[in-house]
Amino acid sequence: MFYREAGQFKSTYQSDQAIFPIAQDRWFMALVLVVAYVAIPMAADEYWFQAVLIPFYVLALAAIGLNILTGYAGQVSLGTGAFMAVGAYATYKLSTAFPELNIVIVFLMSGMIAAAVGMIFGLPSLRIKGFYLAVATLAAQFFILWVFNKVEWFFNYSPSGTITAPPRELFGYLVTGPRAEPIARYYVVLTFLVVFALAAKNMARGHIGRAWMAIRDMDIAAEIIGIRPLHTKLLAFGVSSFYCGVAGALYIFCWLGSAETEAFDILNISFPVLFMIIIGGLGSVLGSILGAAFITLLPIFLTNAPPAIGIHLGTELQKNIEEIIFGVMIIFFLIVEPAGFNRLWQITKEKMRMWPFPY
Amino acid sequence: MEVLNTFFVAPFLDMADSPIFLLEVVIGGLMAGVMYSLVALGFVLIYKASGVFNYAQGAMVLFAALTLVGLMEHHVPLFLAIILTMMVMVGVAFLIERYMLRKLVNQAQIILFMACIGLNFVFEGAGQIAWGSNVKKLDVGIPENAFEVGGVLLDTFDLWAAVIAATMVAVLAVFFQKTSIGRALRAVADDHQAALSVGIPLRTIWVIVWSVSGFVALVAGIMWGGKAGVQFSLVLIALKALPVLILGGFESVPGAIIGGLLIGVFEKVSEVYWGPAFGGAIEGWFGYMAALVFLMFRPQGLFGEKIIERV
Repeated sequence: MFYREAGQFKSTYQSDQAIFPIAQDRWFMALVLVVAYVAIPMAADEYWFQAVLIPFYVLALAAIGLNILTGYAGQVSLGTGAFMAVGAYATYKLSTAFPELNIVIVFLMSGMIAAAVGMIFGLPSLRIKGFYLAVATLAAQFFILWVFNKVEWFFNYSPSGTITAPPRELFGYLVTGPRAEPIARYYVVLTFLVVFALAAKNMARGHIGRAWMAIRDMDIAAEIIGIRPLHTKLLAFGVSSFYCGVAGALYIFCWLGSAETEAFDILNISFPVLFMIIIGGLGSVLGSILGAAFITLLPIFLTNAPPAIGIHLGTELQKNIEEIIFGVMIIFFLIVEPAGFNRLWQITKEKMRMWPFPY
Repeated sequence: MEVLNTFFVAPFLDMADSPIFLLEVVIGGLMAGVMYSLVALGFVLIYKASGVFNYAQGAMVLFAALTLVGLMEHHVPLFLAIILTMMVMVGVAFLIERYMLRKLVNQAQIILFMACIGLNFVFEGAGQIAWGSNVKKLDVGIPENAFEVGGVLLDTFDLWAAVIAATMVAVLAVFFQKTSIGRALRAVADDHQAALSVGIPLRTIWVIVWSVSGFVALVAGIMWGGKAGVQFSLVLIALKALPVLILGGFESVPGAIIGGLLIGVFEKVSEVYWGPAFGGAIEGWFGYMAALVFLMFRPQGLFGEKIIERV
């Protein structure tokens, strides 16, 4: 009744091709942005910023990156952690080498470096496909993290082997490092997520995205109709790694503050981010964000729920039970809706269009 | 020039210097390779029969080993404990088929892969709740001493591992080639629908194949647990088995064995001769890099089915 296109006439090509063609969608997006930019910062306290919101946004950005590669271009990658590490270490090196440089520019430059590395490790994708490629990307994961562990130049010869985010300002506010206010870091991460999500959405619905999807569906057929696999696959690896690199930079600079290569481990990053896009929905920007929300919030919920209803288990037992529930939930969601949250959202929209007269 | 020397000349000079030591390193690598093969076998069995890339194989190894050790701690004799563990693994296979695989028929491979990672979490958690998470010693009565043959040191335990692996491969080969269940398994691997249409019960086959890979996991768990103690890090040997898989080919039992041996030798030789030049600890990625380079020339692995693509 409220959600339908009827009566919304499009008189120009521009309005027909708009990113949100229906007015209700535009209002809804505006509402989401208002909530994210105004309501949440007013309501949230430090715990929420640090433990829930900032990790959620950072991982959502990484998930969008991986979804470009895996969901749109069809190249399964388990090397997300490594590409994020490249972004993080590049940011560290650049911002300590050029302290005067604006931190946003540093982030973007690190993304570029990550993109270059990603394209190098994307080269095998022209020969190797499917799970063989997925396992091959693990080579990137282990090799890159090993390099960052071994070569002391990357962490400025610090004896502990960690990289620590130096304090950097943006518009006069401290946005990185341990002394930055959580709310300032929140706004930086959120803005990056919004801009990058919008860019991803636009790429995906343009000719680039169509080329990626053609390659995903059948690369030989795509090649025959004139899509160059080399360019398209490497572009997907590059763009995806750019997103992951920026996410990795934010991960260290705006969330953890300091970290070792452990933080980019396959179990800490690569698998969870892959979960996010599968649970959220392959080939969907919205799905990446919803999936990231689910995967970051579920463990927090599982940790806090038993004490909240008065069940106190030992830490060890609780940790194991959490693991089991997490695994079961993932299998459950895959069985119930293998196409992910994005599909659920589409079904909801379809239902709203019919409501209250379903036929 | 010095770089060239450390990477391309010095290691080979070292090798030529003491061939006995080289032989020892190679044998050590082969023995490590046998252990990788044991894990990789479980992957291959399941992939062959159902097209599922079972990431949970590492957790199954841990789970089986934990169950065995837990039973033995309750003073169950070894032989009985092994039988009981096998029964547990059959039960697990049944549950997996009933509650997971059956509902995910016809889904994309990546969905099944993800479900297996979820299964991995369940195994890890369940095994540790049931049997605790301390490092446990597993003693199956294999002596652990070394002896010398022609100047080369050999470990009895490693030899036993090799013998057991060889026996298992032989048994599996007979099982696959000669028994009617084995033929049914190969038929299912070839084409699900065709197999169904000639009356092969798909679900039973899946239970059987997951049980068999549960047995393989148990054997791998006994060998790894006997060597390094039963502990959480057994899960991570799944990551060790992956380069073996892509090198040997996902669908090939001989591939898993030969791939395992190759990766084992590569890793040991590179660690000993090139490790210092790289600054050590290259075992973690060297197998992957070797497999990656190899795949560039043969994208389906050593023995994988030739990839034929049609539009």
